[in-house]
Amino acid sequence: MKSQISSLKPPISRGLVTTLAIGLALVILFAPVPLTLAAPQERHFRIEASRYQYTPSVINVNPGDRVTIDLTTTDVVHGLYVDDYALNITADPGQTTRLTFVADKPGTFTLRCTAPCGPVHPFMVGKLNVGPNWLLWRAIGIASIAALAGLWVFKR
Amino acid sequence: MTTMNFELTRVHWLKWLLVSRWPLFLLRVVMLAGFVLTIVAGLVGSPVGSHNFAIIFVWIAWWTFLKLIAIPFGGRAWCAVCPIPVTGEWLQQGGLVEPGGQGLGWGRPWPKRLRNIWLPTGAFAIIGLFSSVTLTLPRVTSGVLLGLIALAVVLSLVFERRAFCRYVCPIGGFIGLYSRLAPIEVRVRDRAICATHKERTCVIGNGQGYGCPWQATPLALTQNTHCGLCMECLRSCPRDNIAVNVRSFGADLSQRAGRTLDQAYFGFMMLGSVVIYSAVMLGAWGNLKTAAYNVGTPAWFIYSTVLLAFTLGVLPGLFLLAVWAGRALARSKVSLKKTFIAQSHAIIPLGLMAWVAFTISFAFAKFSYVWPVLFDPFGWGWNLFGTAHLAWTPYLSSATPLLQVLVLLGGLVWTSIWVRRIAHEELPENLAARQSLPIMLFCFVYTIGMLWLLVG
Repeated sequence: MKSQISSLKPPISRGLVTTLAIGLALVILFAPVPLTLAAPQERHFRIEASRYQYTPSVINVNPGDRVTIDLTTTDVVHGLYVDDYALNITADPGQTTRLTFVADKPGTFTLRCTAPCGPVHPFMVGKLNVGPNWLLWRAIGIASIAALAGLWVFKR
Repeated sequence: MTTMNFELTRVHWLKWLLVSRWPLFLLRVVMLAGFVLTIVAGLVGSPVGSHNFAIIFVWIAWWTFLKLIAIPFGGRAWCAVCPIPVTGEWLQQGGLVEPGGQGLGWGRPWPKRLRNIWLPTGAFAIIGLFSSVTLTLPRVTSGVLLGLIALAVVLSLVFERRAFCRYVCPIGGFIGLYSRLAPIEVRVRDRAICATHKERTCVIGNGQGYGCPWQATPLALTQNTHCGLCMECLRSCPRDNIAVNVRSFGADLSQRAGRTLDQAYFGFMMLGSVVIYSAVMLGAWGNLKTAAYNVGTPAWFIYSTVLLAFTLGVLPGLFLLAVWAGRALARSKVSLKKTFIAQSHAIIPLGLMAWVAFTISFAFAKFSYVWPVLFDPFGWGWNLFGTAHLAWTPYLSSATPLLQVLVLLGGLVWTSIWVRRIAHEELPENLAARQSLPIMLFCFVYTIGMLWLLVG
């Protein structure tokens, strides 16, 4: 039994595994992402706001696209704030409010309602994806390494 | 495993501060005043949650402070100043500051069958079912707080000591579970000294301090779960044998004594409910929000069933499957139940980090609501210091996703360390690794799920 266990021991040291894991994690974290080859486009979306949802709830654009959002509302006054871009519009029932901006920051951004529209107003959100969500994919890659390294390195 | 400890009670002024009754009393009075203001604001203030002190201070300021700072760094420190049980405790003890008063109440022992945390698990589940209403309607928040204080008073008058805090309070269960990870502890200095001290003043009390309100015996204290950091044992010990230590994070996880099925299940309740809350509050699914809010409707019943089934059935079931597979891989002779309970304590760090990551996005986005309600607590249009009209703005929105990723990954690494360590308690190293693999797969999938919900 003892010899069987010994034969299962990893042939490389804990220090080496740690170094490799950290190195690989850093590569995944900072590796440059492929540039989008698509030329910037005019993108037009009509978002309908109602308690407590945007329809569509997720919009996808490419970095550099010129985005126009027409916000309408079917029940009460709703707002639309784009995190990080710090853009804010509100729409009254029956009216359409337009927001135009260049999606020059890549990533995933939360859209939030800024006009108190009812009790669940604080949780009324949508999403704007500008290009692929590299943060999520990098995180999944690092999580895989972290789980394996945690098992391997920290034995006792 | 070696732990690194620094005894805070060796610092003279700090010990004086901890032993003195007045700082704790004053803190409790301040908290109680804030608590009363919160209840009044909820009852008579604006029904709009974002303009009401009750909603903003309970669910944005306090709840955030608890999860991001108080529990991870102070364990049960909040319980020492919590205003919910103090009224009942003062009545029970017959005094506000010094021991020696003629207290009220029957002082009956808590029923043996209920000496566990199944009640807090149930209470947390019930709160979860109504969370969307509680978190958004000021009157409901006040009602919940009033209900908790009334229950705490009644239980203090019927049962001995802090039965409410130890066996009933859902927030106490939450704090107790994760206080094991905190880098602070109250422990005896020399067990031999306690062994010869027959009077056990730390348990029964004396003129200097009450017997442990949490019904703990300091000599037997090996983890933070049932230590309220009230410092009564520090005051009542005539042999100066109680220490407050700073230690490494998560040191309690190596203690086998506190690993029980009720604690394990409470952990799954926490692990599961943060997934559901993330989906409801941070997801872009309006129908889910409406279902969670409209209590009593068919959609709400479906939501409730899913919440309970996921937290109390699916998640523990999948974990059980992972433990079973791990045992089979390692050909372990340890029983499935024992391994399940032991390994479920290894995922406590993952649970805490999931709550921290959830709180980061929720709290930072809403924290700017605090300034207006600070000087207009009832939402009546006061503008005492010019803050009432400060515009809402989310804080750190560009850094939030990265912070959440780092926190969740940190939780995964932290948990993987303990999965392996706990497996190694019963198995040789390589077999421990085999047993750990399916459990780590469970943790990995859970982490990916949370990443998707929070930054996906």
